[in-house]
Amino acid sequence: MYNDKVMDHFFNPRNVGEIENPDGVGQVGNPICGDMMRITLKVKDNRIEDIKFRTFGCGAAIATSSMVTELVKGLTLEEALEVSNKHVAEALGGLPPQKLHCSNLAADAVRAAIKDYYERQGIDVDIEVGHDEHGH
Amino acid sequence: MSSQPNPERLVYLDHSATTPVRPEVLAAMLPYFANKFGNASSVHRWGYEARQAINDAREKVASLIEASPNEILFTSGGTESDNLAIRGVAHSRKAKGKHLITSQIEHHAVLHTFEALQKEGFEVTFVPCDKYGLIDPDDIKRAIRKDTILISIMHGQNEVGTIEPIKDIGAIAREHGVLFHTDAVQSAGKVPIDVRDMNIDLLTVSSHKIYGPKGVGALYVRKGVRLVPQITGGAHERRMRAGTENVPGIVGFGEACRLAKADLPEESQRLANLRDKLIQGILDKIPDVVLNGHPTLRLPHNVNVSVKYLEGESILLNLDRMGVAASSGSACTSGSLEPSHVLLAMGLSHETAHGSLRFTLGRSNTEEDIDYVLEVLPPIVEKLRSMSPLGPGSGL
Repeated sequence: MYNDKVMDHFFNPRNVGEIENPDGVGQVGNPICGDMMRITLKVKDNRIEDIKFRTFGCGAAIATSSMVTELVKGLTLEEALEVSNKHVAEALGGLPPQKLHCSNLAADAVRAAIKDYYERQGIDVDIEVGHDEHGH
Repeated sequence: MSSQPNPERLVYLDHSATTPVRPEVLAAMLPYFANKFGNASSVHRWGYEARQAINDAREKVASLIEASPNEILFTSGGTESDNLAIRGVAHSRKAKGKHLITSQIEHHAVLHTFEALQKEGFEVTFVPCDKYGLIDPDDIKRAIRKDTILISIMHGQNEVGTIEPIKDIGAIAREHGVLFHTDAVQSAGKVPIDVRDMNIDLLTVSSHKIYGPKGVGALYVRKGVRLVPQITGGAHERRMRAGTENVPGIVGFGEACRLAKADLPEESQRLANLRDKLIQGILDKIPDVVLNGHPTLRLPHNVNVSVKYLEGESILLNLDRMGVAASSGSACTSGSLEPSHVLLAMGLSHETAHGSLRFTLGRSNTEEDIDYVLEVLPPIVEKLRSMSPLGPGSGL
């Protein structure tokens, strides 16, 4: 069902955990739908210095969470905001069609965390978090 | 699917999905592919040979459920048998009434067939179950109307293993002059079935769940019950199911039934012991796990638990890497966005249903297999929980 790259990120996830005293926190999805991701990050000089995730969900949900942390770590916030769910799926070499829709929320979680960072800083930036409610 | 190169052990615990063909069954089937290839309808020795083989198989299938051979129709499997029973009765009795009764926890082969009949103008009552997945015969009694023509309630629930009180439901149906069908795909060969004693008019059984080949099943139709055939053509199967008989499949199915009946008392007890060991072990070793299904009125081979704070597929992938096959009722594994309709009908929350795991035991399983699962499952759960944002303190 999943390719080797997805399985690698699922079985050996990168950046798992929770940063203490984070600069931004993003949470998307909900346990009712079967997918929930929580991203914590540290920002230094407008760059994502550190990022960690916790995810409740299927193989795709965990693999996309792991991949997005790899993709955005070290990027400027503006660059990180450009990373989409589609980019994450592509970086993983593709996901099964039924997973593209429901378990591919990781980039949304990162955007939510950056939005939270800006809010904490009192910076007014309009950020589209995506299908935050994950309703269906 | 990527997997660990050499897991220490391979443990197949998905026997409710399907089973391997037993060597004795395969041996019985083999001559009927090339050597004894006749069409059972033909008037020559090749044909007689095939006819005789089908007759023998029909006796063996009938014997498993204490029916008469002339009450057994061969079909392509459980799904077709369910369709033939439900549509066949609905169409044959529609002049008498248009009301049908089933439950919310039936297999999709039954559930979706009733939904299709609703679109044809039939009215269907879907009775609920309790938190153990048990259906109350009184709910069936209350649902019966003057125009009720059919009740269909499964025997052994395929996901959570609860054994339904079908003898009582059959008695209620008979008392009210309503026909009673039961899907016994998961229970046949696992628990004793006597169609007369249990007041059953129609019963579905499948070959590949009892170590027979795929693509063959049967419908028991009590003598005197009329059906409208759903597949039309030649005069096969007493004109109830057209199409040249799948002779090798039918022969294998018959042999599987014979072996299942011979082994039933001992094998059921053995499986029930392994089942209880696995349930107790999981509950003892892993915190925040609940048993789904009835604690005692339960198929001997079914274990179903919900692992809180986790999603089922993530556990299955890890179990597969360790060589263990199981299944889940989570949305990801149900092929839809919703978790199992059975678990939701039992009142489980969506998140608890997403974390369900089903282990179904079979002939190949040993005590050592259970020990192995109890060794590999706790660290998998611990690892995944350490990655989950949910937990006892999360308030979710």
